[in-house]
Amino acid sequence: MYQAIVFLPLLGCLIAGLFGRLIGPRPSEVVTTTFLFISMALSWIAFVQVGLLHHDERVLLTTWMSSGDLKVDWSLRIDTLTVVMLVVVTTISAFVHLYSIGYMADDPHRPRFFSYLSLFTFAMLMLVTSDNLVQLFFGWEGVGLMSYLLIGFWYLKPEANAAAIKAFIVNRIGDFGFALGIFAVYMMTGSVVLDIVFAQAPALLGKTINFFGWQADALTLICLLLFMGAMGKSAQFLLHTWLPDAMEGPTPVSALIHAATMVTAGVFMVARLSPLFELSPTAAGFVTLVGATTAFFAATVGLVQNDIKRIVAYSTCSQLGYMFVAMGVGAYSVGMWHLFTHAFFKALLFLGSGSVIIAMHHEQDIRHMGGLRRKIPFTYWTMVVGTLALTGFPFTAGFYSKDAIIEAAYAGTNPFALYAFILTVTAALLTSFYSWRLIFKTFHGEPHDRHHYDAARESPYVILVPLVFLAAGSIIAGWPFKELFAGEAVGEFFRDSLKFADGNHILDAMHHVPWPIVMLPTLMMAIGFLIAWLFYIRNPRIPEALARQHDALYRFLLNKWYFDELYELVFVRSTKWLGRLLWKGGDGWLIDGFGPDGVSARVLDVTRNVVRLQTGYLYHYAFAMLIGAAALITWFMFAGGH
Amino acid sequence: MTYQLPPLLPALPELILAAGAMVLLMLGAFRGEKSTPLVNCLAIILLVIAALVVAWMPGDKLSTFGGSFVVDDFARFLKILSFAGSAAAILMSLTFLAAEKQQKFEFAILILLATTGMGMMISAADLIALYLGLELMSLSLYVVAASNRDSLRSTEAGLKYFVLGGLSSGMLLYGASLIYGTTGTVSFSGIAQASTQGGLGLVFGLVFLFAGFCFKVSAVPFHMWTPDVYEGAPTPVTAFFAAAPKVAGIAMFVRATVTAFPGIVTEWQQIVVFVSIASMALGAFAAIGQRNIKRLMAYSSIGHMGFALVGLAAATTGDLRAQAVQGVLVYIAIYLTMTLGVFACILSMRRPKGMVEEISDLAGLARTKPAMAFLLAMLLFSMAGIPPLAGFFAKFYVFLAAIKAGLFTLAVIGVVTSVIGAYYYLLIVKVMYFDEPAPAFAPMPNEQVAVLAVTGIFNVLFFLYPAPLLDAATLAAKSLF
Repeated sequence: MYQAIVFLPLLGCLIAGLFGRLIGPRPSEVVTTTFLFISMALSWIAFVQVGLLHHDERVLLTTWMSSGDLKVDWSLRIDTLTVVMLVVVTTISAFVHLYSIGYMADDPHRPRFFSYLSLFTFAMLMLVTSDNLVQLFFGWEGVGLMSYLLIGFWYLKPEANAAAIKAFIVNRIGDFGFALGIFAVYMMTGSVVLDIVFAQAPALLGKTINFFGWQADALTLICLLLFMGAMGKSAQFLLHTWLPDAMEGPTPVSALIHAATMVTAGVFMVARLSPLFELSPTAAGFVTLVGATTAFFAATVGLVQNDIKRIVAYSTCSQLGYMFVAMGVGAYSVGMWHLFTHAFFKALLFLGSGSVIIAMHHEQDIRHMGGLRRKIPFTYWTMVVGTLALTGFPFTAGFYSKDAIIEAAYAGTNPFALYAFILTVTAALLTSFYSWRLIFKTFHGEPHDRHHYDAARESPYVILVPLVFLAAGSIIAGWPFKELFAGEAVGEFFRDSLKFADGNHILDAMHHVPWPIVMLPTLMMAIGFLIAWLFYIRNPRIPEALARQHDALYRFLLNKWYFDELYELVFVRSTKWLGRLLWKGGDGWLIDGFGPDGVSARVLDVTRNVVRLQTGYLYHYAFAMLIGAAALITWFMFAGGH
Repeated sequence: MTYQLPPLLPALPELILAAGAMVLLMLGAFRGEKSTPLVNCLAIILLVIAALVVAWMPGDKLSTFGGSFVVDDFARFLKILSFAGSAAAILMSLTFLAAEKQQKFEFAILILLATTGMGMMISAADLIALYLGLELMSLSLYVVAASNRDSLRSTEAGLKYFVLGGLSSGMLLYGASLIYGTTGTVSFSGIAQASTQGGLGLVFGLVFLFAGFCFKVSAVPFHMWTPDVYEGAPTPVTAFFAAAPKVAGIAMFVRATVTAFPGIVTEWQQIVVFVSIASMALGAFAAIGQRNIKRLMAYSSIGHMGFALVGLAAATTGDLRAQAVQGVLVYIAIYLTMTLGVFACILSMRRPKGMVEEISDLAGLARTKPAMAFLLAMLLFSMAGIPPLAGFFAKFYVFLAAIKAGLFTLAVIGVVTSVIGAYYYLLIVKVMYFDEPAPAFAPMPNEQVAVLAVTGIFNVLFFLYPAPLLDAATLAAKSLF
């Protein structure tokens, strides 16, 4: 069964990818989508089997490599953490496949698209089922590659290509750290198999690694390096710049990869490696710091963006920050819960945005929208459900999981917990504001583009059905799972798949935070909603006036804190300069000049001279022979061996 | 004093060739030019019979004529190669000479006589027998080189070859007499016994002897005749020159060196290393400047002889000797197939107006004659030593021997020159595959198709089943020690 879950998407990918031209686009779509739904059904069965009935399993597929001490297997590690990810990945992926049938209906390259989607799903499943760090890295790079291919799916668009390359390169920076982390783990423990590494980890306490002459604490260094990978993949502060640009890809891709699954791989990885992070308070503190900063930073940028998908993208970035805050303060199960609920409502918001974009004929600027709720009521209501869940409206999924994170931050004991609490509460306010801003500007008020407005039509059922299911998920992923992820049943549910150190009582402490703190996020949500209502329904002139009044701040936010410009100045230009130097000077002048070009020129010189020796005169030839003999004789007379 | 006829069985192949050549001469003399096809045909049959006799000759090691003529596995291996090379040369000449109106029955007879000389060179175990064989071969070759009497270039080639060949024979004889003077014997085994002390006289003799050897295998600096003769002689003659006589020359070089001079290894190794490096380098550099494909093949063969001598240079002591000689034998065998294959193509470069021999005439061959272009490309890749073609293994074994003998400099220079040499082989491939097609050649004669197919396929597929050749070469090499 577990093999089927993981390999059905691969099979679908191969069928659509290799035979797509042969069997045509429709069968490709049907095959891949069907396989995904089968995989989804099996995943839910696995969820019950493993999560509720506690039948953990290891499935050994085959040996991958065996070289000296290094032994790496292809194997599936099926525990609760894995099955939570399995249901998230296969469920969202199945609905995204279904949705794409409608969304991509006019695209000539549908077999390729579905093949990519399925291959992405396969790579993601390999990632979450891996039993060792190398297979994890395989899945990690696999999803990175598919992200690159899917962002650049419309490869004729230069922006899409640029975005794809940017995503790839920024991820390389994180992956560099991740790879170093894996090396360090292998160096210190002699293994990359998770169980062995975890068993060895306590023995590493107090050991150091010589890192460029700096005696770094081994566990902290390992965790920080591994977390660097997570920062890249999950678009955390400083390595976040690729995610908004990734919205150049088709919308279903954004929903699947850049909201629900791939970007959460970093969160999953920290949870998976919780036995390591538990042992390094410094690293855990850093995770909290980065998560909180990202949550706040991305929310501020989201306030002023105008592209419907970018707003959702910044919101994703921000919510990932929340998850890392939970991981950092040690509430791993809570972070996983938010990952779980977030997958539903964020996929819903992206797919809803996609529906809007189709209705507006690929117009994405919310300033040109307005009043659409009359035209596309179905999309409107599902989007509202998603927004309620995102902002944490009582009794929706996001309400439970997000509030749990804020409570955990309050109850957390590490040095950045308070910082995280303040920033996440603030971010909750901002989230509410920008989410409702999006709804109000898109669906309420007067249409700003009459032409598009008149042409807007509700999307076909194949698009609306996934929206319904995801909307349902956005509500029921909350309360029914409360006990499993944040209540008394956590230990029993996750068992060995998450590690809570002996001193880690965060889950207890969460339940004892004072009631004003518990109410605070909901209050923030309400304030955010009211401000948005005031700004965009009641008196639409306020935002413009405000923007004029605080021009510098507005520009600062609109330009995303000038990160792209800063990176351009600091990294891109200097790298380009260095690249040009090495290209023109190093390669062109030095290596080519003295290497291939120089050598071949010298060869030709020699050739010319040698050929000139061949005069055609007999006496020259005889002379050469005699000289040769005389030279050999002379050699032996004066030097050779005598 | 009674005179006893020595046993003639060991020399039977040579006797067959010599007697056959005389019979054919009679046939030609009495029946005139119209007997040429018959003579050619019979000559090939004779060569095949001689080769079969060599293969069937009983016993491990036979010797006759007072020990000056030996037949061992070494001789068998090389005789079969050179007889096959001669037969292929006659075969490939048929259409060409007919089309060029140069049919003469003497051509095949001269080749038979030259081949007889080669057989004697290969089997020679003393200096006199060696010289007899060498001279019989050379005199025949001088005539063949000038066989197109109406062509200025052909006669010039023959004359140059003759004069320089005479000079080299003189040097060889001078060397032989010095060796005889210092050791008191002409037999290789006797020289080996007497020469353990070395001595300048012996070394002088060695240098002059080697000068003669080097001339025959066209190793630098005794190579100067090669490009002019290759270019000037009729193409079938060039094909012949590049193949069988080189086999015999290397055989003579190897046998004389390792059996007669084991006492002065240091000295002869220095000479061999020097001419080997010089030949490889000159072959690589000079070939790049050539436009005429026959001239290019001349430099190519100079380079290849350099590579073969790398193996000889490693044949110094102990078990290594057999291994090194095996490398040389494998090299020369593969060289023979590559050369014959390439010349089969060169002999097919015929346009309605006549033969062409510029490299640029091959332009776009891949589009006009894809099969021929493919096989030629494979042969050229093989010559350049690109795996997995046969030429790679040829180079591999000689370099391996050199490395084992500690001759790292030699091996490195060999690899570098083979890289440089790859350039001109690849250039031809580039011309064939990427240039705008020149007018197509006339259809390829069947004999050339056969030779090209056999050699080309051998070179491509050698790596699948190399054992027969390697085993035979090992056996042959072991028989020397």
